Amino acid sequence: MKPKYLPLTATIVIFVLSYALCAAQYPNILSTRVIGNLLTDNAFLGIAAVGMTFVILSGGIDLSIGSVIAFTGVFLAVVLDNTAIHPLAAFALVLLITTLFGAVMGAIIHYLEMPAFIVTLAGMFLARGMAFVLSIDSIAIKHPFYGTMKALYYKLPGGGRITLIGGLMLLVFAIGILIAHRTRFGTDVYALGGGTATAKLMGVPVGRTTILIYALSGLLAGLSGIVFSLYTSAGYSLAAVGVELDAITAVVIGGTLLTGGSGFVAGTFIGILIQGLIQTYITFDGSLSSWWTKILIGLLLFVFILMQKGIVYVSRREQRHA
Amino acid sequence: MTAILKSYALRLLPQIIALAAILLMVSFVFPGFFRLEIQNGRLYGSLIDILNRGAPVVLLAIGMTVVIATKGIDLSVGAVMAICGAVAASSITSGHSLAMTLVITLGTGILCGLWNGVLVAILDIQPIIATLVLMVAGRGIAQLVTEGAILTFNDPGLIFLGSGSFAWLPLPVIIWLVFGILVALIVRKTALGMLIEAIGINRQASTLSGVLTPVLLIAAYMLSGLCAAIAGIIAAADIKGADANNAGLWLELDAILAVVIGGTSLLGGRFSIAASVLGAIIIQSINTGILLSGFPPEFNLIIKAAIIVFILVLQSPPVRNAFTFVALLRASRKPTERQAR
Repeated sequence: MKPKYLPLTATIVIFVLSYALCAAQYPNILSTRVIGNLLTDNAFLGIAAVGMTFVILSGGIDLSIGSVIAFTGVFLAVVLDNTAIHPLAAFALVLLITTLFGAVMGAIIHYLEMPAFIVTLAGMFLARGMAFVLSIDSIAIKHPFYGTMKALYYKLPGGGRITLIGGLMLLVFAIGILIAHRTRFGTDVYALGGGTATAKLMGVPVGRTTILIYALSGLLAGLSGIVFSLYTSAGYSLAAVGVELDAITAVVIGGTLLTGGSGFVAGTFIGILIQGLIQTYITFDGSLSSWWTKILIGLLLFVFILMQKGIVYVSRREQRHA
Repeated sequence: MTAILKSYALRLLPQIIALAAILLMVSFVFPGFFRLEIQNGRLYGSLIDILNRGAPVVLLAIGMTVVIATKGIDLSVGAVMAICGAVAASSITSGHSLAMTLVITLGTGILCGLWNGVLVAILDIQPIIATLVLMVAGRGIAQLVTEGAILTFNDPGLIFLGSGSFAWLPLPVIIWLVFGILVALIVRKTALGMLIEAIGINRQASTLSGVLTPVLLIAAYMLSGLCAAIAGIIAAADIKGADANNAGLWLELDAILAVVIGGTSLLGGRFSIAASVLGAIIIQSINTGILLSGFPPEFNLIIKAAIIVFILVLQSPPVRNAFTFVALLRASRKPTERQAR
């Protein structure tokens, strides 16, 4: 097997094994209801993590997504509360704003040659600040269209439901996989992650790709915010704090190298499912405290980083011998 | 001697100007800003308040500066603060003496730093990821220590560290002043500082030229852990309790910001602890200034973001190059003018 498939395979094996262990203890965890809820509960995180995967594949990082999700939620709540705009139009408007927001961050990173870390940190403050300025209260969204959308679902055998937002996450992952592996842009992203100088020499339009990557991340963070507002039926400026960390963790657990250039969007999906599974298990157990989630995820993160190190080491040695 | 002082002043000039400008702006909207008075043997006033409230970020920034100088970053300091606050609170409530509690807590912080340092130096993991592990798991560990509750204590000795005063100044200010001067002396009066900069500029080259890279790297992260431990003790002593969820939350970002405002490059190399301390004080002045000037606190983050962007633009390579280009143009024009005459 090629070494580049090893992290992905390990992720899938760990997921299947832990699911089997959970199922051995609580057979009900196999029911389609649990699986449907797993998708619905993690939909917003999954959609944001797809954008984060592209950013990390290119060797960057985006710390602003949690704040963008909160901003989107507050924006939708305020707009739907105060105007007669149809939710769909509001969705389009907010997606435009967040995409532009991402694009501007990408442009600053490229043209001012600043580290992505600190630029997106400023973006994080700015987006959260805009959410605060719009409203500091938690505003309920009571538009009837929200009720219609929440009532949409596909019924699985066994009573489980794939809700609109759960399905949307699956769709975003499918499109993300297509973009990463079947388009020119996807190849450019991988090339950029391998090294900016090399990519430039290969003829990759570095500036355009960087801006597009962060615009995509902004777009998906906005979409994730819409999903989050559907999920909670409210907009609150203090919501979704630290989601960027969960997304980064999912990407790393999914086998994407944090130095960029190697990884899979599909791996991120498994990473999301593993995080969701840990939470589901803790809910099933009932006696474990919620802080074990953080410790377990931290441990898992550590194991995966070690494994990636080992793989890189082994593949380098093989290259030297070849 | 004056030449050395002059070079220090030149290095710190942008930060001093920025701080003075911010303080002046605040004093326009809030007239009593510069007033100081002595009550109960302690100085009171907005300026002292800034120095006092800024203590955790200043301390974190001192450790962060050294780590960033090695081309690293320490994302875990906020979580380590929470762990150390929790350890201090649970140690003092379980009947240990104050000295014992301090030893245990500072030891915990150094141990956290050792963990980060080993990941970075021995296992050769990217610093941003290596410290992410503890950042994610750290708050869980802190909650494990406090068993999910906010652990309160009323030991007068420990509380004194957060709210006491000495020589008219609040104790946290004394702690960060002494600690900052100590660290600055250690790195600048020995070759350590230079070796740290060497690692930050080119780790491989410094290893090859005989620098004990792994030891120095681990020491840098241990220093950062120690700083986080002191900051954690102060934060816990201030509220007389350990809050595993909120102690030091997002302070790692403020500390990194302080270092960046201080002009130390995130790409490693030359660093200045004094400049980072000034950076932290600038951040605190902005926070306090916004509160005092009666702006709605909602604008706090936006103003902060705007200031970061402004500083980033000033520090970015293209803008710097443009400045040097203009300076070069002027320099080259002068001799030709003279020749024309």
